[in-house]
Formats: sequence, C-alpha cells, structure tokens
Amino acid sequence: MSLLSRRHLMMAATGIVAAAAAPRLAFAQATTAAPTGPFTLPPLPYPVAALEPHIDAKTMEIHHGKHHQAYVSNLNSFAKDNPKLASMPVPEVLGNLGDVPEAIRTGVRNNLGGHANHTMFWEIMGPNGGKPAGEVLAAIDRDLGGMEKFQADFNAAGGRQFGSGWVFVTVSKDGKLAIETRPNQDNPMMDGKRALLGNDVWEHAYYLNYQNRRADYLKAWWNTVNWNKVGERYAAAKAGQLGV
Amino acid sequence: MTFTLPDLPYAYDALAPYMSKETLEYHHDKHHQAYVTNGNNLLKGTEFEGKPLEEVVKGSFGKNAPLFNNAAQHYNHIEFWKWMKPNGGGDKLPGRLEKKITEDLGGLEKFKTDFAAAGVGQFGSGWAWLSVSKDGKLEITKTPNGENPLVHGGTPLLGVDVWEHSYYIDYRNKRPDYLKAFVDHLINWDYVDELFSKV
Ligand SMILES: [Fe+2]
Ligand SMILES: [Fe+2]
Repeated sequence: MSLLSRRHLMMAATGIVAAAAAPRLAFAQATTAAPTGPFTLPPLPYPVAALEPHIDAKTMEIHHGKHHQAYVSNLNSFAKDNPKLASMPVPEVLGNLGDVPEAIRTGVRNNLGGHANHTMFWEIMGPNGGKPAGEVLAAIDRDLGGMEKFQADFNAAGGRQFGSGWVFVTVSKDGKLAIETRPNQDNPMMDGKRALLGNDVWEHAYYLNYQNRRADYLKAWWNTVNWNKVGERYAAAKAGQLGV
Repeated sequence: MTFTLPDLPYAYDALAPYMSKETLEYHHDKHHQAYVTNGNNLLKGTEFEGKPLEEVVKGSFGKNAPLFNNAAQHYNHIEFWKWMKPNGGGDKLPGRLEKKITEDLGGLEKFKTDFAAAGVGQFGSGWAWLSVSKDGKLEITKTPNGENPLVHGGTPLLGVDVWEHSYYIDYRNKRPDYLKAFVDHLINWDYVDELFSKV
C-alpha cells in the first residue's frame, strides 16, 4: 500500500512560494483507482486562502487535498474488505485498535488517526474565530493557568515533539483540560481521551511558509483558531456528544 | 569533543534538479545545524561529553531521548551528505558490492524497488537504510525520527532521509518521486562501497 498514491497529478503550482519551489520533475505516478467511499474528505469550511497570511493557500490546498485525501483513500481501500470499519463510530475503532484485524491494524491507526486529526483541525480553524469565552475560557484559566501560560506551554510542547506529530488540548468527560502531544497521526481517542483542539506539527503543515521555523508557525497559528467552534466542542465534550 | 557542522562535500546547487539548492541550504544550514547546536547543549554535564559520536548515539539510545535524537540526527546527516553526489545513482556498482546485493537482496533492481518502498512505508519522519546486520547479511530497514541501524547492532551503508524537510520544497507530498530520484540520480555508490569494504 502506498500512503502517497494519487489519482491525480498535482496541478501546476501557483502561489507565494511557487517561483522558488515548483516541483521541477515529473515522474510517472503510480495510479491507484481508489474506491470513492464509504469514507469521504470533508470539504474545507472556508476558502483555502482564508487563513492567510498565517497559513498560505498553497499549503492549505496540498494539506487538505493531498495529505488528508490520502488518508481517506487508504481507509476506503481497507474498508473494501472490512466494511465494519466505516460503520463503527471513529472513537470506538480508535479506542479499541486491538480489535482491528492485525493485517490492517497499523494502517487503520495511521490513516483513521490522520482522518480524525485533520477533520478536527479544519473544523477548529477559520477566519474571524472570535475570542475564548464562557465555559471554555473558565476551564483554560482553571486547568491551564490562563491564556498566556496556556499558549506558551502549548507552543513549547509542540516545539518539543521530535519529528512528525500533534500537540493537543485534551478534554475529559468532566471538562478538565490538559496539554498532550502524540507522534505521527496518533490521537487521544487511542487512550480513551478526546481532543478539544490540536495543532499539526508535521513539517507538511508549515514547510512552504515557515521552513525550519516551527516555533514561528506555532506562534502564528493562534490567529487561525476558531474559538466559537472550540466553545461548541467543549460543550459537546461535556455532554458526551463530541464527534471527532 | 563537541559536535561541529561539516561542510557539504559539493556545491549547494550540485544536486539540482533532483535536490534543489534551496532544499540543501535549509537542510544543511538550518536543520543539521540545529542538531549540532542542540546536541552540544544537551551533551554538557553528561557522561557522554568528549566521547566519539558513535558512542554517544549508541549509549544514549533508550536512556536520554533528547540527546539521542540530536546526536543520532547529527550522525545520520553527516553520512547523508556523503551518500549523495552529482550524477550519482546508475547501475555501475563495484563488483564485490553488487555480488553481495545479489546474494542477500535479490539483485540491484530489486534492491532499488525495495529500498524506495521502505522509504515510502516509513510513516511520518524517519529514514530508510541499507545496512550490514550483526550476522553479516545486507538488509533493508526503516526507522522513525533519528533512529538508525547502529543502535540495533548493524552498520549503515546507505540511508535516505524521509523527513518531509528533505523533499517538501522540491516534491511537496510526493515522497515516492523523491525516493525514485534519490535512487536513480543521487546515490554515491563509491562511498557505499568504501563503507562496505570496512565492515
Ligand atoms: Fe497534516
Ligand atoms: Fe534531515
């Protein structure tokens, strides 16, 4: 299985880094006719340029249309022989990876983890995201030492995650918050927890715009957070109704 | 002994178009430099201060993760620059090495396919390797992040960096294209043979 198999070649590059960074080579792509369901790529809830200048349009386009799509396509390949994979709730599958057939267990961990993480990621970002308020702000003050300390600690944790991975704020059933990191596409659901929000620190999330400067990306990313959505997710988590 | 950043053994634009000048500038001057700087800071006051790099890598594995990550990546990148050269790749291998690849790995063509597949199959950041195992056989492996065959008792002969920083500027998400270019146009087989003859 190729994690990066594609049905379409990337379109000619445009955008801010195109002049310096356009792919210079064209090799034959392995063409895999991936099935088109049951897993689907959720559309971005805003235009690809909506998060500029903090996240550039080209990064959003590749991140959503290529990286996230690859996780979805791989899941659909697994689902062909394992239809239960798509009918079970995601938290149930990821929370019980030991029950997944061994032949596809690692693939499900990586690709369903990637699908869940990125679905959450697109959802908790957006233009005009408002400010932290209400219950979630109270929880940040209570559990994470207030906004300033929270953001500094979150950025530090994201900076320390060596290699590809995520930095999350997890939320327990009774609404308690904690900062946690996971490698690769692991998700807090894998140990019975839930992500309130998270930031992707794989290099693909920031390399076109920030290159090696992950710390700058982590700092700028706060400008993209949709706090209205985070507030909704916090309420849903406490009600036991948070999706992914 | 402290860690120091070696110069690239060729010009920054020498590997273009398969690996661009811009990629090598960031990869060598920023990423490798950061492993050197962080490694030196983390070495201070440890039992590993003044030890040869290979000893630091082997000794810190599983015991001191931050030091291991930076020391191992320092080792990996020192070698990585030497594992590439302009007009590399190709099918002309020194005879003894080619014979061993045929015996242990089913031939050069199969090696190329399997080595690239190992790189594609490494989920997330890491490396793919050709190494000599403890029992003297060639093997193809993949490892996460900074891990390398040294810590498993092997001797690395060739490695390819599959962290996204190695290829994102030139290939974006298309890691298989990067690996094909590495195998076909960048591998410095003379250096691989030099390492092989020392085993
Ligand atoms: Fe991502
Ligand atoms: Fe690297």
